[in-house]
Amino acid sequence: MALSIVHRATGIALYFGTLLLAWWLIAAASGPTAYANVQAFTGSFIGKLIVFGYTWSLMHHLFSGIRHLVWDLGYGFKANEREALSWGALVAGISLTVLVWIIAYAVGGGR
Amino acid sequence: MSGPSSMRTPLARVRSLGASHSGTSDFWRQRLTAAAMVLLIVPVIVVVIMLLGRNQAGAAQILGSLPIAIILLLFIVASTWHMKIGMQVVIEDYVHHEKLKLASIMANNFFCFAVATASIYAILKLSSGV
Repeated sequence: MALSIVHRATGIALYFGTLLLAWWLIAAASGPTAYANVQAFTGSFIGKLIVFGYTWSLMHHLFSGIRHLVWDLGYGFKANEREALSWGALVAGISLTVLVWIIAYAVGGGR
Repeated sequence: MSGPSSMRTPLARVRSLGASHSGTSDFWRQRLTAAAMVLLIVPVIVVVIMLLGRNQAGAAQILGSLPIAIILLLFIVASTWHMKIGMQVVIEDYVHHEKLKLASIMANNFFCFAVATASIYAILKLSSGV
């Protein structure tokens, strides 16, 4: 498994992705027009793609990061344990991304 | 300060300081902010889902409420700090030209502080309702 570079890549994606989060907060504080601009962007195809990618990066980085915290504590260094942790982080990251988007559509779509 | 006349051996001077010459504080803070975000991620996602499909007035009302503002402020501080340390590690790994490295690290600091300050300002503005 070569997930450590994915951990780094998702970290870099999240680094620049926070610009979107900051833009969204500033727009909410600025007024209806600014907020509508953000919503127009996040509602567009490319916007949705970016937010979906951001969600996956966040979820993958989270679980991959927990894997690193487990290693920091001195556990999970056997070959089979390393494999299990890496696959677990990959599967959990994808599953949670899909789950969050299903919940988001179920809740947000109804408004 | 610790020139040739120092009585301390080179080993004693660098012991526990590592290659960064400043000890393990960044290593520790990276784990500290990571653990903080493991705790904060569920409430943050709940807040984001609460805001979906709402207009600016509805979003502003939710973002300005006390517990939500505090959760978001904590998350902003933890994430921008974590970002700053993480990107610095990446820069130190790949940028070997000394001046370019210093400029990159400076830009990294500017970026993270700017994102943090702008986001914190937005939350405080929403909380005070001006």
